Amino acid sequence: MSLKSLDPRITREGLPEEPDNTPVENIHHWTTFEVFHQTKKGDRHIHVGSVHAPNHEMAYILAKEQFARRADCVSLWIVKTSDVYQTNYRDEDMYENNQEKMYREAGGYKVMERINKYRKEHSK
Amino acid sequence: MAEDNKDAIRNLIFRIADDQLIIGHRNSEWTGLGPILEEDIAFSSMAQDKLGHALALYTLLHEIGEKDPDTLAFNREEKDYVCCHFVEYPIGEYDFSLMRHFLFDSSEALRFGMLAESSFEPLAKIARKFRGELRYHTMHADTWIKQLGSANEESRARMQSALNECMPLALGIFEPSDYELALQNEGIFPGEKFLQDAWIDHITPILNAGELRMPDVGNCTPSYGGRAGFHTEFLKPLIDEMSEVYKIDPKAEW
Repeated sequence: MSLKSLDPRITREGLPEEPDNTPVENIHHWTTFEVFHQTKKGDRHIHVGSVHAPNHEMAYILAKEQFARRADCVSLWIVKTSDVYQTNYRDEDMYENNQEKMYREAGGYKVMERINKYRKEHSK
Repeated sequence: MAEDNKDAIRNLIFRIADDQLIIGHRNSEWTGLGPILEEDIAFSSMAQDKLGHALALYTLLHEIGEKDPDTLAFNREEKDYVCCHFVEYPIGEYDFSLMRHFLFDSSEALRFGMLAESSFEPLAKIARKFRGELRYHTMHADTWIKQLGSANEESRARMQSALNECMPLALGIFEPSDYELALQNEGIFPGEKFLQDAWIDHITPILNAGELRMPDVGNCTPSYGGRAGFHTEFLKPLIDEMSEVYKIDPKAEW
């Protein structure tokens, strides 16, 4: 008996009813590439996802249709995932913002009072 | 447009439109079954582009007096289609589908390139509009051909055998019509022979870059007949499946 499906294309194939569960060998896996797209000239490239491919050229033709077929796009960057230098989530605490460092942010400066005083003096 | 050119133009557009419709439908049969997810999406997306091209061409035919696009696409007799045999063949294995995509799309890109200069302005306008999409289609095909034509012995052998199988069918794309001279004289289209020569010059170096050998074209018998309405046994079941839903209620609003 072969597999019967609502999809006539599947039924036509005459596939066995039980799927083939043989694991895919490692050699059959392609590597991944990260894709960055740019919506208009001069804008920064933004990471939009990744594709499987054996090399940059193949990654490019696949990425073009995955990530640039609907949205505006003028350019793509394709980067091998293994070439991206990544930090470790173990180091997360390094990025935490110390509340006591508010003095280093622009909002920390009490300048409005001086500005208003200056405006008042010079408005007449 | 002079009245005696009208038949020539109508025939030319029908040939191109029917090719686009049938190859678009065929290639869409890979949707969900493609070799890898990314390629499945890319191939399906290009198949949709083909249907878009067919729609634009059927719409132009409608503007010059033919029936509406849906009727032209779904409700004609098999013998009224003038597509070539190449586009009718089942998708087969992916090597066949990729090779057909390469051979057919490179001929289309060249054809639309020539039509962009056509003296029949409405057709030239459509041809210019498709340029960007066709550039991607041929880049996609060329990259795969180069990749599989040189990846390893198995891929090279499979692509070479697909190429040998496809060549007589592909030559059927260029089946001359009764209107070749009229089309040339009026500057509408330089003709199928001219296109075929340009196509051979174009594909040979790409195949060679992938270590594939161009078959001896002189020894191939082109699969002619499609342009005269004589089709392979594969077209009728395709039309039936494609128009199944449409024919339940041809007057339905979509």
